[in-house]
Amino acid sequence: MKAIFMHCVVLAGCLAASVSGSASNAADPVNIRIGNFAFAPDVITVAAGTTVQWVNEDDAPHVVIGVDNDTPIKSPALDTADKYAVVLAKPGTYKYFCSIHPHMVGTIVVK
Amino acid sequence: MNERDPKIESATLSRRRLLECSAWAGAGLVWSLSGGIPRAMQLAGDAMAEVPAGGLSFVQISDSHIGFNKEANPDPTGTLTAAIAKVRSLAVAPAFMLHTGDVSHLSKPEEFDTARQIIGGYGGDVHYTPGEHDVIGDNGASFFSRFNGSPNRKWYSFDSHGAHFIALVNVLDLQAGGFGRLGTEQLEWLERDLRGRSASTPLVIFTHMPLWTVSADWGWGTDDATQALGYTRKFGSVTVLNGHIHQVRQKVEGHVAFYTAMSTAFPQPAPGTALNPGPMKVPAEKLRSVLGIRTVSWSPGSAAAVTDRSLDG
Repeated sequence: MKAIFMHCVVLAGCLAASVSGSASNAADPVNIRIGNFAFAPDVITVAAGTTVQWVNEDDAPHVVIGVDNDTPIKSPALDTADKYAVVLAKPGTYKYFCSIHPHMVGTIVVK
Repeated sequence: MNERDPKIESATLSRRRLLECSAWAGAGLVWSLSGGIPRAMQLAGDAMAEVPAGGLSFVQISDSHIGFNKEANPDPTGTLTAAIAKVRSLAVAPAFMLHTGDVSHLSKPEEFDTARQIIGGYGGDVHYTPGEHDVIGDNGASFFSRFNGSPNRKWYSFDSHGAHFIALVNVLDLQAGGFGRLGTEQLEWLERDLRGRSASTPLVIFTHMPLWTVSADWGWGTDDATQALGYTRKFGSVTVLNGHIHQVRQKVEGHVAFYTAMSTAFPQPAPGTALNPGPMKVPAEKLRSVLGIRTVSWSPGSAAAVTDRSLDG
């Protein structure tokens, strides 16, 4: 499982570089911590092409899914310490939630 | 858990209900003489009543979380095995068993297989409904294929001993910011399923998440539960059994009695007593005192009893 996530992160990094042309975005993903059944920070603003990465610090699994039908945010089950990264290339407001604990919600504004 | 106050029971025993209950007695079965609400007890050891001919006893287990491997219980297969051994040792063999979801921790095939193998040790029929941990990634297709016989058999009902049992699924297509959810298609099915049934038929609804809001902050509820329960309004006796919150809670509201069950894997905190609703760590030697099984039984001429039994009881 962990190997797969590492792969995702690496892949995401390549995409970020190709989309934004900025190596610093790929090297420094913006982290969203999942802890105490909440996203922290629950609202963030990032530049287009940024890699956003969720890190699960809970003892329970979470699944991060975007609200929109065509969302790029679709994580597998993230067990404790698992990470999931995605590159948000297109400006807009991305609302997401945990599909198994739907009261957990967050927003990413991409500019 | 407390037994109901007999003064309240007699006050709620309307003439109509009395007639309905008498009809039941005449048929050789009484679900409850207390306004349709089963009494609840928390007992240990040998306090379970014998169920004479015509009575019914069945078991509910919940939240086995096979695949969980954290500190709160590194061995959920061991505790599920202990739970099944407890079912097998009951003085009265249950007619069947209900599993109210979170069979697995992460919907992995090997987790389902292990659970199925252990639960198979019971030897009788088991009726399942999934938890949110059982439907990750495929919207439950694998779960329904394995445990309900078909990927399309999600919610269903069956009759046993004159009672009508309904398996509801409130963990699919959950909406951002919401709780558990039944959805329009299932609600329409439920309305059809109940239409035309006698009001004196006892209903037993089993599902994963609570159908009453135990904690809004922790998402412990079901968005469209009120609509579902509205379809049961004419029925004198409605018992709702669920899991999800890994602790015993009960509530009586009108004609409906709600009971949440213990897990066989790990406990969760009472609402507001912890930073989050995740697995609660207890000393290893105490773990089996907060895990358990539930029996629901009733006998001709007496009230039904919901009994929660810890694994170390």
